[in-house]
Amino acid sequence: MENLERIIAECPFFAGLDPAYLNLIVGCASNVRFEAGAYVFREGAPADTFYLIREGKVAIEIFAPQRKPIVVSTLTEGEILGWSWLLAPYVWKFNGHAVQNVRAIALDGKCLRAKCEENHDLGYEILKRLVRIIEYRLDEARFQLVDVYAVK
Amino acid sequence: MMNMATAIITDPMLPQPYSVREVAKETPDTFTLRLEPESTVNGGAFQPGQFSMLWVFGVGELPISISGDPALRDRLVYTVRSVGQATHSLVNKGVGESVGVRGPFGAGWPVEAARGRDVIVVAGGIGLAPLRPLIYQVLQNRKDYGRLVILYGGRSPRDLLYRKELAAWARHPETQVLVTVDYGGLNWRGHVGVVTTLFKYCRLQPANSVAMVCGPEIMMRFVTRELETHGLSRDDIYLSMERNMKCAVGFCGHCQYGPHFICKDGPIFRYEQIRKLLEKYEF
Repeated sequence: MENLERIIAECPFFAGLDPAYLNLIVGCASNVRFEAGAYVFREGAPADTFYLIREGKVAIEIFAPQRKPIVVSTLTEGEILGWSWLLAPYVWKFNGHAVQNVRAIALDGKCLRAKCEENHDLGYEILKRLVRIIEYRLDEARFQLVDVYAVK
Repeated sequence: MMNMATAIITDPMLPQPYSVREVAKETPDTFTLRLEPESTVNGGAFQPGQFSMLWVFGVGELPISISGDPALRDRLVYTVRSVGQATHSLVNKGVGESVGVRGPFGAGWPVEAARGRDVIVVAGGIGLAPLRPLIYQVLQNRKDYGRLVILYGGRSPRDLLYRKELAAWARHPETQVLVTVDYGGLNWRGHVGVVTTLFKYCRLQPANSVAMVCGPEIMMRFVTRELETHGLSRDDIYLSMERNMKCAVGFCGHCQYGPHFICKDGPIFRYEQIRKLLEKYEF
C-alpha cells in the first residue's frame, strides 16, 4: 500500500494532491499488467476502471465495421487512460489496446466515484484535473482534424 | 546572430547547369534528388536552411530547400514533393538530365547562435527536409552543442521522410528522436497523435535551448504555442517560412511578408520578428 501511495503521488495527474485525499485514492488502487496485444478495455464494455500508465504504450482505437480498427491516439508512461468511468452510462467508447507490455495502476471507478460523492472537495479536485486532460486531448483532436500535412 | 547567405559566385539570376545523379523515392509522392554541377565554377557550398531556385527547362522555376549534408560540397540535394506540374517534371528527371540551379539564397538556421545550447528541432511533414542539413551539422560537431531533440510529425507512417536516418540519429549520444503520425495503421507501433503531443516526452531546458521549427504554418503556430508553454523565449524560436518566391534576391516582391522579403531576409526568421504577422487573419 505504501508503495502504491508513493507511485500515485509521483504521477503527474495527482501531483500536489492533499495527502489525505491520496490516502482515499490508494484504497481504490491496484497494480495491473497487460501483455502486448491485449485489450485493456473494449468499446461498449462497462467502464469501471481508469489507469495510470507506468510503463508501455496503449493505442486508443475506434472499431470500424468491415475494416481494421483505427488508431486515433497513443498513450504512454505517466499518462491517464480513460475517463468514461466518471460519467453515466459508464461505458467505454473506444478500445484501449496494449501496443507494448503495459504496467499500470488501475483505479476502481465505482470506488472512486463513491468517494467523490461522499467528499465533494475530493470530487472537485479530481474533476479539475480530468478536465485539464480532456481539454488537452480535445485540442489534440482538433489539431489532428485540420490534417495539416495534406496537399491543399 | 543569423547566418549570412553564402556568397554567390555567379550572376544570381543566371541558372547554372547541374546534372541529376540520383532520384530516390522517399514516400509515394516525395523524392530526393542529388545534383552535381556540370562545370567546376559553381560549387555546392550552402548554409543549413538555405534554398535554391531550380529551373526545370521548358516548365518553370521552383524554390526548393536544400536537404543535403553541408559538408559534402560536390553536390546539392533536394527533397521535393510532387504536387504540381513543375515539381512533377522535376521528380521525373532521369539520371544525367540537366536542371538549372540558382543560389543558394536566404538566411539559414542559427547554427552559430545555437553553439553550446540544446537544439530542439520540430518538423512536420516535408518540413524535415530543410532541417536535415542542420541535423547533419549538429551531429558532425556534436561536442559544440548540448542535447539534440528531434520531434517529427507526419500524416501517416508511409508519409514519413528519412526513416532509416531517423533511427540512426537516435543512436547518437545526447540525442532524442521522437516520431508521431496523425493516422497510424495497424502495423505502426509508434506514437499516434499530432506533433505537439511529443513535447510531454522530453524534458526541455528552456533557458539553454534554441528551437528550430519547419512545417505547415498552422502546425508551426501550434508548436510555438507549445514551446512558449514550456518556457522558451520567443527570441530562441526560429521558423522557416514559405511564400511564392520568384527572383530569390528581393527585387520582385512576390514573397513580401509585411516588411520582410522571405527570399532575402528569410526563409528562416526569429519567431519574435514575425509573430504579429503570423497572427494576422488571411495573411
